Amino acid sequence: MSRASLYIPLGVFVLILGLGYVGFDLGARNELPSALIDKPFPEFQARLLDAPDQTLSREDLLGRPALVNVWATWCPTCLSEHAQLMQISAATDVVIVGVNYKDRPDKAKQWLAQYGNPYDWVLDDRDGLLGIEMGVYGAPETFLLNAKGEVVYKRVGDINPRIWRDELAPRLRQLGIVMTMDNTDTGAD
Amino acid sequence: MIPELGNFALTLAGVLALGAGGVGLVAPRDEVMQRAAQSMVLGQWSFSFLAFAALTYAFVLDDFSVAYVANHSNSLLPWIYKVSAVWGGHEGSFLLWILIMGTWMLAFCLRSGQYPQHFTTRAIGVLSLLNLGFICFALFTSNPFLRLIPLTPADGADLNPLLQDFGLIVHPPLLYAGYVGLAIPFALAVVALLEGRIDATWARWTRTWTNMAWAFLTCGITLGSWWAYYELGWGGWWFWDPVENASFMPWLAATALVHSLSVTENRGTFKSWTLLLAITAFSFSLLGAFIVRSGVLTSVHSFAVDPERGMYILIFLALVVGGSLTLYALRASQTQVKVSYGVLSREFFMLINNVIMVVSLAVVLWGTLAPIGYEAISGGRISIGTPFFNAFFVPLGLLLLCALAFLPVLNWKRTKTQVLNSVYQAMAIAAVIGVLVWFALDPATILVAAAVALALWVVITHLKQLVFRALRGSLPAAFIGMTLAHLGFAMGTVGIAITATQSVESDVRMSPQSQVELAGQQVTFTGVTNVKGPNYEAQQGIFILTDPDGRNAFELRPEKRRYLAGGNVMTEAGINPGFFADTYISLGEPLEGGAWAVRLHYKPLVRWVWIGALLMALGGVIAVFDKRYARQRRRVAATQGSAATA
Repeated sequence: MSRASLYIPLGVFVLILGLGYVGFDLGARNELPSALIDKPFPEFQARLLDAPDQTLSREDLLGRPALVNVWATWCPTCLSEHAQLMQISAATDVVIVGVNYKDRPDKAKQWLAQYGNPYDWVLDDRDGLLGIEMGVYGAPETFLLNAKGEVVYKRVGDINPRIWRDELAPRLRQLGIVMTMDNTDTGAD
Repeated sequence: MIPELGNFALTLAGVLALGAGGVGLVAPRDEVMQRAAQSMVLGQWSFSFLAFAALTYAFVLDDFSVAYVANHSNSLLPWIYKVSAVWGGHEGSFLLWILIMGTWMLAFCLRSGQYPQHFTTRAIGVLSLLNLGFICFALFTSNPFLRLIPLTPADGADLNPLLQDFGLIVHPPLLYAGYVGLAIPFALAVVALLEGRIDATWARWTRTWTNMAWAFLTCGITLGSWWAYYELGWGGWWFWDPVENASFMPWLAATALVHSLSVTENRGTFKSWTLLLAITAFSFSLLGAFIVRSGVLTSVHSFAVDPERGMYILIFLALVVGGSLTLYALRASQTQVKVSYGVLSREFFMLINNVIMVVSLAVVLWGTLAPIGYEAISGGRISIGTPFFNAFFVPLGLLLLCALAFLPVLNWKRTKTQVLNSVYQAMAIAAVIGVLVWFALDPATILVAAAVALALWVVITHLKQLVFRALRGSLPAAFIGMTLAHLGFAMGTVGIAITATQSVESDVRMSPQSQVELAGQQVTFTGVTNVKGPNYEAQQGIFILTDPDGRNAFELRPEKRRYLAGGNVMTEAGINPGFFADTYISLGEPLEGGAWAVRLHYKPLVRWVWIGALLMALGGVIAVFDKRYARQRRRVAATQGSAATA
């Protein structure tokens, strides 16, 4: 082996490292994919939290865009995104459906009374069956449905000001949702 | 309070790692400093242990104010899984990594009497700096002790049900012991380069550590494969998944290292090559960690995707691997020795082994990284699957078997051609049996018959030499270890060849009381019952396996489990294990009318794959107990004793 050939391993490594860097850069841009993206939201029928004798089904979500937000009182992140949801509900006319996931109805009602209710409807999914249909990893998760009831976007994790500004607000606007505030950057607190 | 103490203990371990690293590199010849470095290793281990114990304590007591515990445990979880959940997620498994690193360093200190103190101290310095890197990673990017206050949840999110299993309890510790153990040959190689000294004693010493780490790695990979087989419900045992590849690459490099160290020890050649392999093997351990932790490649195994972590590992990798390879480029030429040997010599056949291992490594590396490169250039996604790997590994494996068959009779330097007669006799026997196997196979494939014949050839030549040596009364442990490892490889190859081509798989719809035939057995589905586990509810299918005439009934109960805390649905396969074949049943989806989609597998010799791998690991360990290593320890002890009295 000549002296120069001893540098070959180093060269190969630099090459791999460069590739790793590029791949890393790509990896960071990936969103967690959902099997439901661009597919119809699953058929369901679930009881309303505040009116257990009434049910909501997929047909009720058709005709206009809707946000479906999976939440629970046992989920600390849900509380931290709650203020953002309140602002969205106040500032836009988008329908927000809450899926109260694996929770106790009495606790959920108390929670909404205490912190405010951003939802047009809250579904009672205490045994998590709807969650399974939706392919929920955990709470919070948010699905954006278009007027045809197809999932156009899914967020695993909280809706924070950055996600609202960069991901959600532009998509809502694209779907024709009216923003009543002059600045979409609602949560720049 | 206890988690904060754990955090503090981990910080102290980091401070001691910095101290030992500084001492090892600045003042390796100072006697007081040497002792200080050793005691700081004990300190690193003790504080890592305390940190680990603190996290375990938080798990056992269901302290859900600790974020990591809240995310990976649940009050309903059986206690044994509460303990194993400590390493069920990214942060905790990295803490385990650090504890294992500390344990290896401690073992290294305790067995360091065999080599000059300044050499050992420098090696401790290198190891401590590596450990410092690991500890900083844990503290700054993946701290398992962070609290959820005041938003403490009432109960935890539960451990991923896939990981609630015996396999997970032992798989990561073994695998990490292998990964991290390779740090010791790495450190010894770096110090050898720094000191410009590499001799037979160095090689013998490095070999002991390499063999042990390699054996752990082998066991860890084997267990992972076994776990995937029975827990994922797909009936496969190796998927060429990026994370599997990440563990396979250091294994290939370490296997090459084990062999090239043997040449360096016995013949004083292959020196710079051995050093490069030692660096490579550990580098691939780190690369494996990068691949798994950074989210570059998403896979079932990845715990979390976090850009900060990925960037940290990338920089750490650049420093450690880039630094050591630069050192190698600058210093390795000092170690060049010209030694001649013939084609019919152990040296040459070790070279064949090394070439095959390195080519395999390149193939796996390409198969793992090419998708990333492709995405970077074209923006599209491709996946490289089994056909790509088979195209290389089938011929490489067969070639390796051919080379192995000769090995037992070969001497160092050169071998008389007459001794090959016995090898050719064995080949004739194996070839006849191979032809018979070819006719017996369905579907007939010449490659499978060739694999069986070549493996048999390897077995015959090895056993013959074993008996021959035993009769002559010279049977060193190293030879027994080598024979076992090579027999294990032959056995594993047969297992792979047969199970990959002769398995029977059928996906069928079965209604209660219906029967199907599977590879000569009658499978009767009697129905599904509901059962309740500690933290899940399951639908359990009951299947009766019988011979065609209705005898030898065996019951299998595969389950479809729904875990209460996370709502996850898991498949638990029912397996009738056997030395010669497994019958494997997993429940698919319920269909109308009480019927179920059922997946039935008949997998001949699948267990040989794992038994073969375990034999290899056992061989590696036995070889460490060869007398010449014990002699070396005694000799060093004696010289130290006389030095003390003088």
